[in-house]
Amino acid sequence: MTLTIILIYLIVVLGIGMASHRLFRGTGEDYFVATRSIGPFILLMSLFGTHMTAFALLGASGEAYNNGIGVFGLMASSSALIGPALFFFVGTRAWAIGKRFGYLTQVQYFRERWQSDALGLLMFGVLVAFMIPYLLIGVMGGGITMNQITGGQVPAWVGGLLVCLVVLCYVTFGGLRGTAWANTFQTLVFMTLGGVAFVVIVHDLGGLTNALRKVADAHPELLIRGDKISPAKFFSYTLIPLSVGMFPHIFMHWLSARRAESFRYAIIFYPLCIAAVWIPSVLLGIFGSFDFPGLAGPAANSVLVKMIAAHAPPILAGLLAAGVFAAIMSSLDSQVLAIGTMFTQDIAGRYFMHDMDEKRQVLLGRLFVVAILAVTYILAQVADRSIFKLAIWSFTGFAALVPIVLAAMFWQRSTKEGAFAALITVAVSWCLLFYQSLDNPGYTVAGSGFMPVAVILPLSGLALIVGSLLSPRPERATVLKFFPEERP
Amino acid sequence: MQRLFSTRTFVLILLVLYLLHQDFWFWRDSSNVLGLPVGLTYHILYCIVCTIVFALAVRFLWPRSAAPTRQIDHS
Repeated sequence: MTLTIILIYLIVVLGIGMASHRLFRGTGEDYFVATRSIGPFILLMSLFGTHMTAFALLGASGEAYNNGIGVFGLMASSSALIGPALFFFVGTRAWAIGKRFGYLTQVQYFRERWQSDALGLLMFGVLVAFMIPYLLIGVMGGGITMNQITGGQVPAWVGGLLVCLVVLCYVTFGGLRGTAWANTFQTLVFMTLGGVAFVVIVHDLGGLTNALRKVADAHPELLIRGDKISPAKFFSYTLIPLSVGMFPHIFMHWLSARRAESFRYAIIFYPLCIAAVWIPSVLLGIFGSFDFPGLAGPAANSVLVKMIAAHAPPILAGLLAAGVFAAIMSSLDSQVLAIGTMFTQDIAGRYFMHDMDEKRQVLLGRLFVVAILAVTYILAQVADRSIFKLAIWSFTGFAALVPIVLAAMFWQRSTKEGAFAALITVAVSWCLLFYQSLDNPGYTVAGSGFMPVAVILPLSGLALIVGSLLSPRPERATVLKFFPEERP
Repeated sequence: MQRLFSTRTFVLILLVLYLLHQDFWFWRDSSNVLGLPVGLTYHILYCIVCTIVFALAVRFLWPRSAAPTRQIDHS
């Protein structure tokens, strides 16, 4: 039953993605940013679906199982503030500048903003390096989830391969439009299924009040933050959602908007979407503590699957599996397309194949998507499961790069030397702290309780300011190009 | 109505919201509010307040503060 539902779901997603091909105009701009034609609702759904991974369903419930209700404040509500704020101030500006100058990637923008090819290359390298673990986690998570949910019927390598093949088909055929359409459907699926699973399970547990009473009796510590989450960790985590400002896949979706007004739904409704997905996950996680006590380590992430198996009809288990796949694929597709676009535009188009015609751009974009998915799949088969721990480091890296995009958009005096200083500071401090954290689970900087992001981010900002102020002012013509309101 | 609040006020409100996210005053409070533990209810209400604040910003500051310039916004 579960396997059948998953296969039906994958076919439907494939169909939606492929159907978008009918609107394909054959140009590079259409393939990479859907000719900047995405409207408000699809933009909201594709941004949200791209941002939320399977972690919002399985990982969040596992975290809540171990750490209680504080997980919602730790990982969800901070995104409700920071995500829309970045859409409002950075996203709309990125869209407007992208439309005006025809940019398809963020590297193109930074390279021209500070008139430096070397900066563009370094930025490309750093962004891709931070994306690698993120991509691997998606494919590995797909395989492992398929294996768990089907009770071992489907090996992990087959699950990962299925995810890759479906994403490959609709991303290569549909480009960003196919990705946005498929994301919209998938986001609706995982949002709805989380809510349905919550209502069915809570009903079977005798109601919300009854379930909370059981938690209070068995594990009262899960109903407060208490000693489970330290204030320093809580503060540090609020900086992690800043990563949204520098994710290449989010930037790509920003560029696809039809007009600035298309951002309105994303800005207004993002906090409610986050609450709608995370509240059921967190509550079901803590309810699992009295139903399935003693799940240790990664096993806690299976608590939602176990709750559904115990309290809901088999069809819901299949639907939940579809929801998990929806969450995985709605992130993986955008990430792969974004990296493919960067390789096509920032490397091949820039340094090796000047004056590419539209057809060749699209072909190259598709080939890069195939290559990236193939490499990701192969690496996912040999990578150790400890790579899941790298997720937070990946987010840390992207969050620490945010001063660069803020300076590019809001600080005319910022210079390429400042941007270089920030990039190098992030790369070096990230590597140093990561090295210190090896074999040190629960690592915090110098045992202070603060996570690395709380140190790397201010260092990055400081380097940018000092580097800019110590270097000559940027050329007036460049400033006027990107800040035309300054024109006399 | 258009002058309900400025971009500067909006940024200030966002900073206050950021500080309000650090609700250390509910750290060990296990009481129930609206049927849920107060530490969770607070953050759910926080999401709702964020929605209201962003809706007001979109209503009253758009597109002056969101898009960079009129020239670019309507290009």
